Amino acid sequence: MLIELAIAAIRAIVMLLLVLNLSAILLWFERKGSALIQDRIGANRASVLGLGSRLGLPNFGLVNTLLADPIKMFTKEDFVPDGADHFLHGLAPFLALFPVLVAFAVVPIGDSVTIAGHSFDLVPANLNDGVLYILAAIGIGVYGTALGGWASNNRWALLGGIRASAQMISYEIAMGLAIVALIATYGTLSLQTIVREQGGVWFGLLPRWGIFIQPVACLLLLTAGMAESKRVPFDLPESESELIAGYYTEYSGGKQAVFMLTDFAEVALVAMLVTTFFFGGWQVPWLYRDGFHLAGAFVALPYWAVVVMGVISFWIKTVFFCCLQILIRWTLPRFRYDQLMRFGWKLLVPVGLLNLVATAIVVVLAGS
Amino acid sequence: MPLGLFIFLAAIAVLSALGVILQRNPVHCLLALVLTLLDMAVMFIGLGAVTVGFLQAIVYVGAIMVLFLFVIWLLNLQAEDRGGSRQLALKFFGVVGAAVLIAELFVFLVKAPSPAGMNHPPPLFGSIASLAGALFTNYLIAFEATSLLLLVAVIGAVALARHPAAAGSLSPAQGAQPVASGGSEARPVTPEHKAGGMG
Repeated sequence: MLIELAIAAIRAIVMLLLVLNLSAILLWFERKGSALIQDRIGANRASVLGLGSRLGLPNFGLVNTLLADPIKMFTKEDFVPDGADHFLHGLAPFLALFPVLVAFAVVPIGDSVTIAGHSFDLVPANLNDGVLYILAAIGIGVYGTALGGWASNNRWALLGGIRASAQMISYEIAMGLAIVALIATYGTLSLQTIVREQGGVWFGLLPRWGIFIQPVACLLLLTAGMAESKRVPFDLPESESELIAGYYTEYSGGKQAVFMLTDFAEVALVAMLVTTFFFGGWQVPWLYRDGFHLAGAFVALPYWAVVVMGVISFWIKTVFFCCLQILIRWTLPRFRYDQLMRFGWKLLVPVGLLNLVATAIVVVLAGS
Repeated sequence: MPLGLFIFLAAIAVLSALGVILQRNPVHCLLALVLTLLDMAVMFIGLGAVTVGFLQAIVYVGAIMVLFLFVIWLLNLQAEDRGGSRQLALKFFGVVGAAVLIAELFVFLVKAPSPAGMNHPPPLFGSIASLAGALFTNYLIAFEATSLLLLVAVIGAVALARHPAAAGSLSPAQGAQPVASGGSEARPVTPEHKAGGMG
């Protein structure tokens, strides 16, 4: 009993720490990477006792973004504007962060392992209805931004909050349609089962990844997911040229840091969902439980090595899609509001519906 | 569901439901309602109706309550002021309504069979497969009729949201604004409006 509790707690805590650290590293990549993209130098000032330059290393800005910035933010004055709703103003950042963090609970990062006679999957909570759970968590995420905007007693913030909730509700539909087509394909709501189904190959060569049977759904999920995370080109809720900073105009210090962390956690969530649903999750191409099989050749591997390689492959894919989202964010300009709504309702939703109908026809024909 | 968990959830449900009716600020009331609905979703899941529980969270908390929030903001509702002539009538009907609800609850509790006599639900009860099986076989006509009704409602809402003057002069692509963007966004500017504004 005790060891089961300990295993459950460790699974949850490890996932949480991995996600928080990934978000922080993404923040660094966003700052230094955007500098590279725009031919700037970027963060290069802070260092610990000049250690890096003494060793002759260039300054990568890691101390800036991972140490100096958080210290600065959490020691700043926490300002609440006059006439604001104090309780909701304080609650809103956490209301935004919490649903995103709990959504990671059903994302599988590896195959099942056995420790001290207890066999379990490398996923914090192996729910049978994991897909519904994620949709519910994303749906609840609307409140943080919306209430943050409202509680600030600032018109720009309120406009940002309204835009955020309208945008998130609109793109949730496209996201849901993409996921429903995927459920119809795999016939299960469990993320771990979906990943297992993607093991093996077609025609002896092509990995059985979801992208090859649901390419449209993959694009839909990635696009709608980026819109859900409210980042450029979908950053209308915080567009600084119109709304100062949108829903977090009146936030400073630690609370603003929590909003920023939410952004990057959402990027990581979208990357993990795309990886899990369409790129085989922890599956490595041509790797089975006993080793590599490719075109008749076979390399035997111990099971623990297979599991470790699976976990590494999951994180490589996740980091790839995080970086892809950040690259898109620094490449595309922002949509206009009417373009955003038209894109969501008149392109993504019809395409999602057509994809669903086509999937349903194929599933029925293949089943009969 | 363990009894302790049920008591905990039930206490939250009662307290947050009280919060809905006792607070004055409509946004705070709405948040209390959100908490009530989420709490009920957790209860559904704990009792084995997993699909219903998650749908409750997705549909009611994730969508309908956000629309309530929109309505509160766009109508600019303020904290209610006590007093006024309608208060007495409101109180009277409130008491009558509460009495009816309590009587109903009492009858329901008296007539409810004891837990010992109940059959255990089948193993897949409450799963999305059993729900979908029921919806698409036994209740197919009711399901499709409901879908049609909702479609009619959506089209009706879009038709109402269209600007009367815009119907003739604009192409359908510009005239039909989606429902969710309505309200916060300005309607398409018609030539008449432009001329009026400039003159």
